[in-house]
Order: sequence, then structure tokens, then C-alpha cells
Amino acid sequence: MATLELHRVSAHYPGAAQPVLHDLSLQLGPGQLLVALGPSGSGKTSLLNLIAGFVAPSAGRLTLDGQAVHGPGADRGVVFQDDVLLPWQNVLANVAFGLQLAGVSRRQREAKARELLALVNLTGFEQRKVWELSGGQRQRVGLARALAADPRVLLMDEPFGALDAFTREQMQVLLLNVWRRTGKPVFLITHDIEEAVFLATDLVLLAPHPGRIVERLALDFGRRHSAGEPARAIKSDPAFIATREHVLAQVFAQQPQLEATP
Amino acid sequence: MSALELPASPPADAATPVPRQRDKGTRWVSAATVAALLFSWWAVTHLGWIDPLFLPGPGAVLAKGWELLNQGYMDVSLWRHLGASLGRIGIGLVAAVLTAIPLGLAMGRQRIVRGIFDPLIEFYRPVPPLAYLPLIVIWCGIGELSKVLLIYLAIFAPIAIATASGVRTVDPARIRAAQCLGASRAQLLRHVILPSALPDILTGLRIGLGVGWSTLVAAELIAATEGLGFMVQSAAQFLVTDVVILGILLIAIIAFALELGLRALQRRLVPWHGQSH
Repeated sequence: MATLELHRVSAHYPGAAQPVLHDLSLQLGPGQLLVALGPSGSGKTSLLNLIAGFVAPSAGRLTLDGQAVHGPGADRGVVFQDDVLLPWQNVLANVAFGLQLAGVSRRQREAKARELLALVNLTGFEQRKVWELSGGQRQRVGLARALAADPRVLLMDEPFGALDAFTREQMQVLLLNVWRRTGKPVFLITHDIEEAVFLATDLVLLAPHPGRIVERLALDFGRRHSAGEPARAIKSDPAFIATREHVLAQVFAQQPQLEATP
Repeated sequence: MSALELPASPPADAATPVPRQRDKGTRWVSAATVAALLFSWWAVTHLGWIDPLFLPGPGAVLAKGWELLNQGYMDVSLWRHLGASLGRIGIGLVAAVLTAIPLGLAMGRQRIVRGIFDPLIEFYRPVPPLAYLPLIVIWCGIGELSKVLLIYLAIFAPIAIATASGVRTVDPARIRAAQCLGASRAQLLRHVILPSALPDILTGLRIGLGVGWSTLVAAELIAATEGLGFMVQSAAQFLVTDVVILGILLIAIIAFALELGLRALQRRLVPWHGQSH
């Protein structure tokens, strides 16, 4: 099982004086679901771009299983905010795309893709056109596609941000199931506080200007759901509400101007 | 939020048949217009209001068409004229597709290639091809080469420009997603960039074919010994008006067929184009 490590990492936008991320250390290992939560401008997306390899850090070290990360690669699967599926391929071919790039034979890759579509509850959608799917279904295809290439860690960039409230809850539950069944370390960024508290085994709170970690929390609500407790019961548990309010207060403390707006 | 969205969707779905019905209505109006035009053509010639020298009747033109198909005009069959014109545009088109698409891809991906070719293409593209035809004739003679070269140049620019702009506007997130799945540079080009740019390439092809066809016919009017343009031109010199009209109709029908064919190709190759994604 894989371990992703960020050691005192900083990042700059080209030309900007202030860093986007400053002196940030993180560890993500097997069985962890690490959620980075923060207001806009706190460098959430920059952090994900660093790990995915789209941008290089200006200082610090970034390693996956001890090996330095250089550029994007199939060892880190990414689920984007907007599904970026290929419209000229059907659902099955989209999920199998990573394996196609890796030169896996058609039979093998389609068998694997069917397996993953079953994992995200999309059996029967193999031949559908991408544009015929709803937003939630597309994100599930995106998740299956990222998993098909069998990455060592899964990175998710506000994956449910564009979905309506009902679908978002269903997707959170689905993600927990997938995470439990595949055992892959997951790194997820979000600005939805309830989502962060519900999913995370490890929650890091980011503050802006420059982006840095202000608090780390170890949580178990996601694990409790994996152990069989219903999502609604967890979310109405006083412990959950207390944690959510604590995190909310922390986020507002970072952005005092937000308190003025109702 | 969701409760508000739900009732909003059925009217949106119900609204789709209305434009279709309107489409159908428009089509009826168009068909009626064409029928009225044909009828008045028949009426004015049948009643003898216009001298057949200026406007022969539809029946006469059709009969002439049958005669041309069987015997040809001035000993050259209609098929040969048609074949000459279609052959020229065919060769020009194939050559343009084979060169303009790779160049457009390179222009979209490489800043240096774009820097070199952008001014060259933008310089000659706005010049009407007939304006540089005389120069091509001086350089390459009056044979087939100059006509094919002229059409090639006319088709080349729109395809290269459309391909380059299609490549430049590929969603960067789509490229990133493919990179995360382990795509190499060549795989990116083949599996992501080229298909993403295909709708633009086909639009460039449509524009190019339209320009190419009108250029070809005009070139044949000036310098050719066979081809539809030549047939019309030489018939006009002997006041054989029915052949002139027939030639013009054929030229229009072929242009229309090319356009319809490419639209069908577009629907087949890029059915996702114009969809919400």
C-alpha cells in the first residue's frame, strides 16, 4: 500500500511575490481519507495540482512511496470537479481509457471497466453516450475511470461541488463504499464543511494568504458509516454536530469578513 | 434548491417539439417557394412571353440534359465534363486534407510553427484565388496542375486555420485528465486533441469545399478545355442558352450535395458536437 508524503512544500504562481502554499507538510497512507478544507484562496486546488504533478513545488519535497513526484502520471488518479470524459467514447470506453493508453488488450480492459462500473453502481450503462448521463452519473464514470488505471492514491478535486444536494449525499456514501472496498488512500479537497467532517479520517484546515495548515483533526464518522451506521444517523449525532460547528468556527475565524454576511 | 429545480425541468423537455414543428413549417414554405419558382419558369416560357434564346423552358433544358448525357456537348460527353471538375476538386481536397490537418495540429501545439505559418496563411487567404490564378498560370502553365494547385490553395487555408484554432481551444482539463491516466505526448495528440478538434476541422472542410468549388468553376471559365465551367462558358459563346442553364443548375446541385454530404459526415463523426458537453 502506498504512502504519499509532502515535506515542507511551498508553491508560487509564476510572477507572484507571495506563495500560494507555504511550508506545508502532509502524510497520506493506507486506509486514510484525507480531506483538505478551506475557503477559496487557501490554495486547495494548488495543493492538489502539486500532488497530481501539474505544477512543481518551489521548495520542499513531494514523494510517493519514497520516490520523488515529477509531472502527472497514472500512479495518482484524479477525479476532477467537472467530469472531463471524452464525448466520442461511450461509458465503457471512457472507463477503460487509462488501460487503453497503457496498451492493455481490449478484452482485458473492458472486463476491468465492467468490474469498476459495477463498483460505482453503473452496470447497464456501458454503451451509453456520455452526454446522456446526469451530473452524478458522470462523476461516477469519472471515479471509475480514475480507479481503472489502478492508481496508488486517488486525488479528488471538489468532485461533488457541481451536484445538487441529494446527489451529493448519495455520492459521499458511494465514495465511502468505494474507499472501503478498494482500500486506496484518498485525498479530497472540498469547501463543504459537512462533507469534509463526514468523509474524513484526517481533516486538515487550510487558511489563505499564504495557504497553510491551521488545524489537523482525526475523525471517525466515515469509518462509522463504513461499519454500517446510516449516514443520516451519523450526521444528526451530537458529536458530529459539535465537530461540524467547531470546524465552521475555525473556517470563519480565518475569514472574519464572511461573518458579516448572513 | 432541488425542489425548485424539479418542476422546472418538464416544461424544458416539453418545449423541444415546438422548434421541430416550426422546422417542419419552414421546410414546407421552402418547398412551396421552389415549386412556385419552377412553375413561373414553366409558365412564362410555355406562354411564349420570353424568347427561348434568353430563357428556354424547363422541358427543353431537361431534354437537352438527356441529349448531353447520351451524345455530349461538342463531342465531349457531360460525364467527362463532370468527371474533370470533380476529379480536380477531389485531388485538391485530398492534398489539402493530408497537408493542412497536420500543419494545423502543429500550429495549434507549437508556438514557433504558428509564428512561421500564421502570417503566410493569413496573407494569402483573403486574396481571391482568381487574382493569383494568372501568376500560377505563368509559373505552372495552363494544364491540370495550375487548376488543381489553385483549388488546393483555396481549400488549404480554411482547413489549416480551423484545425489550429480547434487544437488551441481543447479543454485543458481534458488534457490534464488524460495525462493523469498516463497519456504520452503522442497519445494525447491521437486520443484527445485530434478528436476534440474534429468538429472544427470538419467546419473548416465545409468552408474549404465551398470556396474550392466556386474557385474551380471560375477557373474553368477562364482557362480549361473541359469541365463544367468550360461547358457553360463555351455554350454561352454560341448562345446555347439551355446548356448554360443546365450547367449552372448542375454546378448548384453539386455544391448543395457536397454541403449536405459534409453535414451528414459531421453528424456521423461528431454526434456530440452541440450537445451540452
